[in-house]
Amino acid sequence: MIETLGLSKTFRNGAHAVRGVDIHVGQGEIVGFLGPNGAGKTTTMRMLTTLLRPTSGTAVVAGRDLLREPAEVRRRIGYVSQGGAVNPFTPLGEELELQAMLHGLTRDRARARVREVLAGLDLAGTRDAIGATLSGGRRRRFDIAFALLHEPALLFLDEPTTGLDPQSRANLWDHVRRLRAEHDVTVFLTTHYLDEADALCDRVLIIDHGLIVAEGAPAELKTGGRTLDDVFLDITGRSLREEAGHGA
Amino acid sequence: MARETWLLFRHHLRVTLRQKAGVAFGMIQPLLFLVLFGPIFATIGTWETLVPGLMVQLALMSTGLAGFGVVFERSSGVLERMRVTPASRLALLLGRVLGNAVTMTVQALLLVAVGYAFGLRAPAAGLLAGLALVVVLGVSLAALSYAVALTIDENLFAPVMSTAVVPLVLLSGAFLPMSMAPGWLDALSRVSPFRYTLEALRDLFAGHYATGAVAAGAAVTAAFAVAGLAVGTKVFNRENA
Ligand SMILES: Nc1ncnc2c1ncn2[C@@H]1O[C@H](COP(=O)(O)OP(=O)(O)OP(=O)(O)O)[C@@H](O)[C@H]1O
Ligand SMILES: [Mg+2]
Repeated sequence: MIETLGLSKTFRNGAHAVRGVDIHVGQGEIVGFLGPNGAGKTTTMRMLTTLLRPTSGTAVVAGRDLLREPAEVRRRIGYVSQGGAVNPFTPLGEELELQAMLHGLTRDRARARVREVLAGLDLAGTRDAIGATLSGGRRRRFDIAFALLHEPALLFLDEPTTGLDPQSRANLWDHVRRLRAEHDVTVFLTTHYLDEADALCDRVLIIDHGLIVAEGAPAELKTGGRTLDDVFLDITGRSLREEAGHGA
Repeated sequence: MARETWLLFRHHLRVTLRQKAGVAFGMIQPLLFLVLFGPIFATIGTWETLVPGLMVQLALMSTGLAGFGVVFERSSGVLERMRVTPASRLALLLGRVLGNAVTMTVQALLLVAVGYAFGLRAPAAGLLAGLALVVVLGVSLAALSYAVALTIDENLFAPVMSTAVVPLVLLSGAFLPMSMAPGWLDALSRVSPFRYTLEALRDLFAGHYATGAVAAGAAVTAAFAVAGLAVGTKVFNRENA
C-alpha cells in the first residue's frame, strides 16, 4: 500500500525535515508513525498525500506512482490532517456532499455516502450542524468523515486523537479497527500516545530527525519488560525537541 | 474539470447568499459613491463619465479583495482537504473566481440601474460591452487576489490589499479623468492597466465603439486576464498553497 525509497524533504529555508526514509506498509495493516515533535511525521504524510513535493526519493502509494500520478493517488487515499479541515461556518452536510462530489460521486451517491459515513462514526443526525459548535471529539470524527466519503483503500491520520478525552479516543480506535475489519482499509497514523500505538497498531515506525530509527511490532520492540514509552525515550533520547540546536 | 468548477462555483455562491448581511452590504457599498458623490460630480461632469469609474472601483474593491475567502479556507484546512481530491487545481481556482465574478456582475448591474435613475444615459450595446469588459477585469482581479492571498503571510492580506486598492482606484482615473492630472500623475497612471479599461468603458458608454481607447482597453484587459489566470493557476498548483 505504501512503498517509499529514500523519500526526503528539504524546505526552502534549508530545514532537512525528512532525510531519506524507506517505508513499507502492507495491505490491511494499521501502522503507527511515531516520533518526537518536529521529527518529520507530518512532512512525510504531506509528501505521501501529494501535498508536498519530495526533494528526492520515490514512492508508490495505493498502487500508483506518487510523482507521476498524483491525481490517481488522491482518488485512492483519505487524509486527515493534524489541524483538521472542518469549516466552522457552513453546515457540515453540505461540505461533506461537496467533498464527495469533488471525488467524483454523483449527487445521489454523495448524499447516501454522507448518511452512511455519519452513521458509521456515530454522527447520525448532525448533517446541519455547524463546525464552530462542535466539541473536539465530534469535530475530529467529522474530519475523519471527510476522508472516508470516497471509500479510500488507504487512510492517513495525522494525530487523530490529540486533545480528545479517553472515551473519544477509545471510540476512535474502535472506528479505525472496524474500518480495517469491515472494509480492509489500510491505516497509517501518527500519535504521541504510545499506549494508543501499542493498543491499535500492528506495527510502528519511529522517526527522529527525519530518519527512521526503529521499526517493528509493539511487542517486538518492548524488550526487557519496558513499556513502549520507555522504548521510545531510549531510542530518541530525553532532550526536548525544537529548542536551540535542534535539526542541525 | 468543468464539473468540479461548477460544483465549487455553486457552493461558493450558496455560501455567499446565505450571509444575508454580507449580501446587503455588498449591494449597498458600490452605491455609496454614486448616491453621495455622483450628484456633486454631475455639476461638473456627466454620469456617463462617473459610472464607468465606479465600475472599475467596484471591480477593484469586490473581486480585488476576493482573496479574503481563501485566506480563511487555507488556515482552517478546508483548502488542503479539497486538494487531496482528484479535482483539478485549476477547477479549485476557477470555481471561486467565477463565484466572485457573478457577485460583481450583480453589483455592477445594480450600479448601472441606479445610475439610470439618476440620469445616466448610455446605449444598450455600449453598456453590455462595458459590462463584459468589467467582468473580464473582475475575473483577472479575483485570480490575482487569490494568488496574493496564498503567497503572503495571512495576516498581511487585509492591510496590504485594502491599502493597495486605494491608489489603484485613484490612478485609474475613476473619480476624475486623468487628463485633468499634472503630467507626472498622468504618466504614472499609464502604468496601471485599469486606466485603459476605464477609458474604453467611457468611450463605450458614450456610444463610441471604434476608437483607439476601446481597442487599447480591450487589449490591455485581455492581457491582464491571461496574466491573472496564469499567475493564479501557478499558485494553486504550487505545493503548500
Ligand atoms: N513549511 C515548512 N517550512 C520550513 N520548515 C518546516 C515546514 N514544515 C515543517 N518544517 C520543519 O520540518 C521539521 C519537521 O516538521 P513536521 O511537522 O514534519 O514534524 P512532526 O513530526 O509532524 O512534529 P509534531 O509531532 O510536532 O507534529 C520541523 O523541524 C519543522 O520545523
Ligand atoms: Mg505533525
